[in-house]
Amino acid sequence: MNKSVYASPDQVSETKRHILTVLVDNEPGVLARVIGMFSGRGYNIDSLNVAEVSNDENISRITIVTHGTSEVVSQIEKQLLRIVPVHSVTNLDQEGSSVEAEVALIYIYISETNKKKVYQLCDLYRARKIENENNTTIFEIAGASERVNRFIKEINEITKVEIVRSGPVAISSIQKNEEE
Amino acid sequence: MNNEFTGAEIVLKSLAEQGVEVVFGYPGGAVLPIYDTLFKQNSIKHVLVRQEGGAIHAAEGYARSTGKTGVVLVTSGPGATNVVTGLTDAMMDSVPIVCITGQVPQHLIGSDAFQECDTTGITRPCTKHNYLVKDVNKLSSVFHEAFTIAQNGRPGPVLIDIPKDVQFASGTYEEKNKIIIPSHRLFEPSPDFEKNKIEEAVELISKAKKPIFYIGGGCINSGPKASTLVRKFINMVGSPVTMTLMGLGVVGSSDKNSLGMLGMHGMYEANMAMHECDVMINIGARFDDRVTGRLDAFSPNSKKIHIDIDESNINKTINVDVPIIGDVKQVVEKMITVWKEKKFQIDDKALKLWWDKINKWKQVDCLNYNNEGKQIKPQYAVQRLYELTKNTKTFITTEVGQHQMWAAQFYKFEEPNRWLTSGGLGTMGYGFPAAIGAQVGHPDALVVDIAGDASILMNIQEMSTAVQYRLPVKIFILNNEYMGMVRQWQELLHGGRYSESYTDSLPDFVKLAESYKAVGLRAKTTDELDDVINQMIETKNTVIADIWVTKEENCFPMIQSGSAHNEMMLSKDQKQDKKSAEKGKILV
Repeated sequence: MNKSVYASPDQVSETKRHILTVLVDNEPGVLARVIGMFSGRGYNIDSLNVAEVSNDENISRITIVTHGTSEVVSQIEKQLLRIVPVHSVTNLDQEGSSVEAEVALIYIYISETNKKKVYQLCDLYRARKIENENNTTIFEIAGASERVNRFIKEINEITKVEIVRSGPVAISSIQKNEEE
Repeated sequence: MNNEFTGAEIVLKSLAEQGVEVVFGYPGGAVLPIYDTLFKQNSIKHVLVRQEGGAIHAAEGYARSTGKTGVVLVTSGPGATNVVTGLTDAMMDSVPIVCITGQVPQHLIGSDAFQECDTTGITRPCTKHNYLVKDVNKLSSVFHEAFTIAQNGRPGPVLIDIPKDVQFASGTYEEKNKIIIPSHRLFEPSPDFEKNKIEEAVELISKAKKPIFYIGGGCINSGPKASTLVRKFINMVGSPVTMTLMGLGVVGSSDKNSLGMLGMHGMYEANMAMHECDVMINIGARFDDRVTGRLDAFSPNSKKIHIDIDESNINKTINVDVPIIGDVKQVVEKMITVWKEKKFQIDDKALKLWWDKINKWKQVDCLNYNNEGKQIKPQYAVQRLYELTKNTKTFITTEVGQHQMWAAQFYKFEEPNRWLTSGGLGTMGYGFPAAIGAQVGHPDALVVDIAGDASILMNIQEMSTAVQYRLPVKIFILNNEYMGMVRQWQELLHGGRYSESYTDSLPDFVKLAESYKAVGLRAKTTDELDDVINQMIETKNTVIADIWVTKEENCFPMIQSGSAHNEMMLSKDQKQDKKSAEKGKILV
């Protein structure tokens, strides 16, 4: 929000992580509009994910993880809604009201000495080895970001790794009426 | 088939169907097909500017003085980049503009072709929306959507980038009424939400003991009827009202309830009333930093009602108690109905005490200035201009700086849409092209650009445009040889070190006017002023009136950056306390 040295004193709520899902028309430039709004107004993007979700209606879903006070995040939501191709913005911030997951692919350097430990840890976290032609030890782990974080931290203590992460996607878990 | 047209023809057909009468533009390689089509028709007039920046400000002036959408046509590359300032200006001040830019043919896009630039990329943050049209069959629907988006909700600029091959290609034309724009692409406030808040708001106003209306440019964008309704409602309540720079004219200056402009160079009584009010009714304003001053001391004891068409303005910088999202005209109309239905009555005694207090603040006479001697004071020049033009239908535009604030303080506006100034972006060079646009929209009216000697040089090339189209625009230069506002800040905040704010080698403005076959006039002393103004008004030609004013006059009253509404400076003898001056210095 405003970064004036005289910022209004009643905006002091704590900074929290928020997941926003934004439905947009799948047209050229729409992603640039969204991320340009973030950089132009000085907001944070921790991770961002885009994929088409409906073929027939030509709609994409953008999942953005950001952090800020509730005032800042509310301003982000309103600024997003000003963008012409944006259909809707949902903040999945309420505890227990959404399910989130991300995928990480991890290239693990395995040697005879650490092999056992690595496989044990992968079993524990249900990280799955991905078969590939070169028989490289690439593992896939999916789940909540925190779980992925923990796995990465622990595997890092054992050996050298290379990591690629998708960033989380999330969906509301509030019970909906089937007929809707 | 009969319904087949070239892209260029579709552009012109779309403009005609949208009721466009005039286009401000400048030709170039990537728009030649459109200019060729323009040549073959007579319904749309084209005004050739001398630099693209002039075209977009002219379109802004046209739009703001007529309420219609301004249209700009420029070429690719430099043509497009030259309109970026104007697009940003229109975005900040919510002016409906459709800007058409040519683009290199599609097979050259991305190859760093001659006069290629990523126009949609560059203009994305400074337009409400923009398009790169790759399919000629979509051209007409894009145009109709663009005009709707430019005008709908909070107005703003929309840009359409058309590659040259699309201008040549053949395609079908679709009429305006056949286009369905999905609702999420437009603004539609929910009526129920409005109703509850309106009742809450009206009740809050009825209980106020020290109310104030704070009126902004949104009331002007909502159309002339909005101003009528706002005046009516304020009269019913009997409340004082203050206006932002963009809102001047919504309530007439001579209206008994008007306290004039508020903010950094606003009226002492208006700012004091904002500071001490108990209920503030913001209609179509956005708590801009020039208005609020120091945020943590802004109107500390009031309940705030905020009516705005753009939800992102709610709680952006100032938290409000009763937000209402909607069009001013509709909301205020409902407020009046509710006020009547519920037979609300404000506490007369409290209101009288409030007015007594305000009248005391008025006695400070904050616009008072020393008008001794033969030298013309800039304030006096604007006062005389007002007195000698007040009975004529007059449009005033300004550039940006001290002269702009003096114009806002000393020229009295009685109607909306008569005052055109660059508020949000503060664009020097806006006023003269904007005056050209206003004159095109109102050929018989008197249009005066109150300018500074520095600002006017930023778009002086448009003299040629004004003369070519026989537009009798008047340029009224308050000439102090300084960038006055920069100099004033240097005097107040930077120890009087006038770094680069003095303009040496100014042109002889009289000869400059004559070289364009316009009329140049000059007033050096107070005795000459009235004659020069009268002569300027009577001349049926473009005029530059070069008014030599005192050089180091400051614009007061002033809330210095970092100060609050109740800490106004009335003269330079009254210094800001050192601590807030230091903190304020880093602000703009």
